[in-house]
Amino acid sequence: MAEPLVRLENVTRVYRMGDVEVRALAGVTLDLTGGEFTAIMGASGSGKSTMMNLLGCLDRPTSGRYVLEGQEISRLTNDQLAAIRNRTIGFVFQSFNLLSRTSALENVELPLLYAGVGTAERHARAAESLDRVGLADRAGHHPNQMSGGQQQRVAIARALVNRPRVILADEPTGNLDSRTSVEVMALFQELGRSGITVLLVTHEPDIAQYASRILVMRDGRVLSDTRREPRRAVAPPPAPAEEASP
Amino acid sequence: MRWLQTFRVALRALARNKMRSFLTALGVVIGVSAVIAMVAIGDGAKARVEQTFAAMGSNMLIVLPGSTTSGGMRGGFGSMPTLTWDDLKAIQADVPSVRYAAPQLRATATVLSEDQNWTTTVYGTTPEYFLVRTWPVAHGSGLSQSDLDAGTKVVVLGQTVVDKLFGPNSDPVGQVVRVKNVPFNVIGVLSKKGQSQFGQDFDDAVFVPTSTFLQKIQGGLGNYIAGPIMVSATSAAATSRAESQIRGLLRDRHHLQPGTDDDFSIRNLAELASASQEGTRTLTTLLAAIAAVSLLVGGIGIMNIMLVSVTERTREIGVRMAVGAKARDIQLQFLVEALTLAVAGGLFGVGLGVAAAWRLAASFGWPVLFRPDVILIAVGFSGIVGVGFGLYPAHKASRLDPIQALRFE
Repeated sequence: MAEPLVRLENVTRVYRMGDVEVRALAGVTLDLTGGEFTAIMGASGSGKSTMMNLLGCLDRPTSGRYVLEGQEISRLTNDQLAAIRNRTIGFVFQSFNLLSRTSALENVELPLLYAGVGTAERHARAAESLDRVGLADRAGHHPNQMSGGQQQRVAIARALVNRPRVILADEPTGNLDSRTSVEVMALFQELGRSGITVLLVTHEPDIAQYASRILVMRDGRVLSDTRREPRRAVAPPPAPAEEASP
Repeated sequence: MRWLQTFRVALRALARNKMRSFLTALGVVIGVSAVIAMVAIGDGAKARVEQTFAAMGSNMLIVLPGSTTSGGMRGGFGSMPTLTWDDLKAIQADVPSVRYAAPQLRATATVLSEDQNWTTTVYGTTPEYFLVRTWPVAHGSGLSQSDLDAGTKVVVLGQTVVDKLFGPNSDPVGQVVRVKNVPFNVIGVLSKKGQSQFGQDFDDAVFVPTSTFLQKIQGGLGNYIAGPIMVSATSAAATSRAESQIRGLLRDRHHLQPGTDDDFSIRNLAELASASQEGTRTLTTLLAAIAAVSLLVGGIGIMNIMLVSVTERTREIGVRMAVGAKARDIQLQFLVEALTLAVAGGLFGVGLGVAAAWRLAASFGWPVLFRPDVILIAVGFSGIVGVGFGLYPAHKASRLDPIQALRFE
């Protein structure tokens, strides 16, 4: 069997809060293959955010191994982790986290700026990425001129722009209404079809239905791991995202 | 990330808070402009002092006659004639470090042209006087030894007197003016000398030979000279040597016993000049030091605002880190922002400082002197202030934990 894209081997993460040790992750073993669309569910405090931070190379495990694209993550320096976040991983947040008073295009360009891509190519790739999420005509708009769904799609375009292998989405529909949530899910399903591994943290069961694999966590462990036929996200007709996709 | 892009990001961040950026940079603007204006003004004052001393004469010493003592009241120097015409000759002949020496007799008199009159100071002196004071004639000729010997009724006019009697830009050489009803031939006009440090107009004067002065203007005191002797030393370095040599000569000639006071006084203008230059230099240093403190305060303002900015933009920092910014990128971004504020303030401050110095110098009538080195140092120093005070906030930003930063509200 080929090496999986993401492999966690008995990973733990222990925080110290004063004298108390908090075991946020108590030994997680997990493989993710390319193109998989996985949802992680669990109550707050179950360790799903900690797992996202670890997978996103924002944090290091206390023990255990995390191998991403065959590379052992816990041995890397902060700068090397930053480079991996830049090239291999794309983040999508609940609160979008776009830079205010900055155009959509420039927001999308941000990862390329840190990748050292030249101006002309940066513009071209950011425009292409915005086109992919159906917002080519909103390139010059600032976040405060866009709806929540549009802002989240700009954030997804930003996550995609440097052609990552993994998209990590932390409650991406938490601030969206149900219709735009479906639009965003349709986008993620499409990304999965194109070979990008999507990992979604949510506490809404009907959002998790769109994933092909559901992990349920409790007390820092994976409680259940089920593969299933995903519900197909069909966005309502007027959504530009659907018009843009095949 | 490249420098140019970092700079553009910094500019945009600063443009987002225009008023705040402006006020922050204003601290540096004031600091830098103050340094430049103060140094320029100080240098101008120094040059002004140099000019006025140069106008009085080069390497000049003034030998003043002694004081009267009557009934315990001492009259001060010049109140009693103690210098003789022979003393003058001895100074000219026997003191090697003296180049020229000339007497200065003076009287106030009204000078009349055909249709104007003007009350001015009439000096009786010798041709050497104009060499002591480095004061050439502009038109005609100066006093000559033959005028002195013959006691001819000739006069050399100062520029102000020409203006008052004949009108500006006129050439009165060959005309006749009357002083105390005695007609004098105008043989020359002196070049413009300007004002003394205390506002006295050097050009408001006329000059006649001593012999003529004693016969026609104001009677003399026999062997004694009724005024000071102006002396020019051979060089600036020789002024103090000339002073002590003249003192020795005069004490000897006046038969003063060791331990008694001089019956004359010697003023060394070169020393006076260097003392006042020293004074203005101290003033310049003091002013520049105060200005430099305001530049420092400006730097603290930058640090303050950068710290606020780092806190406000914690989330932005978190996002930048999440999409791949290295600690170095974040540090550079905030450092360049601080540097941009400081250098923009510095450059603007140079403009303001130059303008302020120009205005002030114009209103004081001083020469404006801009030293490019001071401008460079001020701008360079503002850059150092920007980096110095930007370093800590930038370091703080780069050390943020991206997980915490992304969660920051």
